[in-house]
Amino acid sequence: MLDIFKKQRQRYATVNPASREIPDGLWVKCPRCHEIRFTGELGKQLKVCAKCGYHFRLTAGERLKITIDEGTFTEWDRDMMPVNPFGYTEYDEKLARAHRETGLNEAVVTGEGKIGGHRAAVAVMDTRFMMASMGTVVGEKITRAIERAREKQLPLVIFAASGGARMQEGVLSLMQMAKTCAALSAFSEAGLLYISVLTDPTTGGVSASFAFLGDIILAEPGALIGFAGPRVIEQTIRQKLPEGFQRAEFLRQHGFIDAVVPRPQLKSTLAQIIDLHRSE
Amino acid sequence: MVYDFERPIIELEEKIAELQRFAREKDIDLSNEIENLEKRARELKQTIYGQLSPWQKVLIARHPERPNTLDYANMLCTDFIELHGDRCFGDDPAIVGGIARFRGRAVTVIGHLKGHDTKENLARNFGMAHPEGYRKALRLMQQAEKFNRPVLAFIDTPGAYPGMGAEERGQAHAIACCIAGMLILRVPVISVILGEGGSGGALALASGDRILMQEHAIFSVISPEAYATILWKDATRCRDAAEVMKITAQDLYAHQLVDEVIPEPLGGAHRDKNEAARLVGEAIARHLEELLGCSTEELIKRRHARFRRIAPEYLPGNNIT
Repeated sequence: MLDIFKKQRQRYATVNPASREIPDGLWVKCPRCHEIRFTGELGKQLKVCAKCGYHFRLTAGERLKITIDEGTFTEWDRDMMPVNPFGYTEYDEKLARAHRETGLNEAVVTGEGKIGGHRAAVAVMDTRFMMASMGTVVGEKITRAIERAREKQLPLVIFAASGGARMQEGVLSLMQMAKTCAALSAFSEAGLLYISVLTDPTTGGVSASFAFLGDIILAEPGALIGFAGPRVIEQTIRQKLPEGFQRAEFLRQHGFIDAVVPRPQLKSTLAQIIDLHRSE
Repeated sequence: MVYDFERPIIELEEKIAELQRFAREKDIDLSNEIENLEKRARELKQTIYGQLSPWQKVLIARHPERPNTLDYANMLCTDFIELHGDRCFGDDPAIVGGIARFRGRAVTVIGHLKGHDTKENLARNFGMAHPEGYRKALRLMQQAEKFNRPVLAFIDTPGAYPGMGAEERGQAHAIACCIAGMLILRVPVISVILGEGGSGGALALASGDRILMQEHAIFSVISPEAYATILWKDATRCRDAAEVMKITAQDLYAHQLVDEVIPEPLGGAHRDKNEAARLVGEAIARHLEELLGCSTEELIKRRHARFRRIAPEYLPGNNIT
């Protein structure tokens, strides 16, 4: 099918995935309390501001490091490259830049590993890669992770983060919402556990599909979670949104997530939930 | 309402009407002249409507007189009874639903509803639904399943409403549940994109067995205006955006993203509503017949396979294993 997509796609070389992580010895300013700290200290605290508790965004690599037991992670579909179905030059350039800056091939990393000794399938979205927007390949990697989790009878943990559907892939991106939801319905029917962890920010086509279909939905403190982005809402209603609107705590109050879990407790909470769902 | 590109047709039609009036009043035979002009008008229509640009299609898809979900519910079905409310919060006027009889068979009809004028549009929030709209749609679909009625879903929305109330009441959750619920429904679901199919708010009602599109309908991840604003920081480039976005029924059919393009009367559905409804009705009846021949398990299996195929390995030039 899809003859129109015949255009030759550019392939990219793989570079060091750690290249965009904040190098040691730099000072960072907390965007919330403006406290300036040494990044070395931040790292020890899982990139949470010691003064105000602000959760910095994590790269997929950092997330896996603090979540998966050391040496247990096997990555899936690592070499799957992005597609440019409509052949936009601008899009090729954007993909190339995202790849250069992150070392990732796409905006999601999937695989299998142990969380506190429990095997699990994991998907982690990385906002540095085109705001972790969902195009065909992001949708495909997530779908495959769900399917493999079902085949292997593993619990599934998805760390969602996304600006929404990837515009450059048009309706193909939109259809990934239905594709991931269909895979989840088969997964759920098999009686398996899906924990969705909403991280900053989870919006658009990702929040309106697999991210909100978790059996248990957790969120990190302060994470922006919603369908429409705050700027779009402000432009529509022509007024400023109140402080804390669409933040994780707001969603918990309104009944849309099960718990807000601070990063230092997240791994143990996941392990505990998975343990409570063990069949034996 | 007349668009610039339609003006030559309208002018010609006015001239014909004038000649007819003149002939009647003065009692002279102008039938030859009139016939010639009518022929010219037909040819002109064929030329103009046969080569509409994507942006012109956007305008037709948004035409205020274009028949909407309730028009089709009443033209295609008999005994339509509207059912209201999501049983949680309220009734969303931007999504309507109900039960009716389509060619002898009881069906559930749901769809976004745009108004035909400003007053109606304000009442319907321009077809932009809140969470209660999607929850009502899901409730009615599940009711359809209980009574083994096929679902006809009509799509006509710029997108889900981006407002405070919508977010407070879980817009993302409501859409996700609507998509997931439609995907596992144990009765046939036929979605027809009538005008605008905008983003997740449209997909919420388009995750069924078939997606049919009217000839001048559009289906897009975001509006051309928003695309131009976000990617080029310039909303006035919406025409260019419509060109590159691949949003017309013809483009999407070529990409096998929709199952059929339903022809419209020359000039668009609003120019001959009954004919438009007849064409939509025929397409629905044909697909429904096929789907009713499937076992429930087969139906759901094929529905899932339909979306599973929207994967990179199906795009030629990829060797993804």
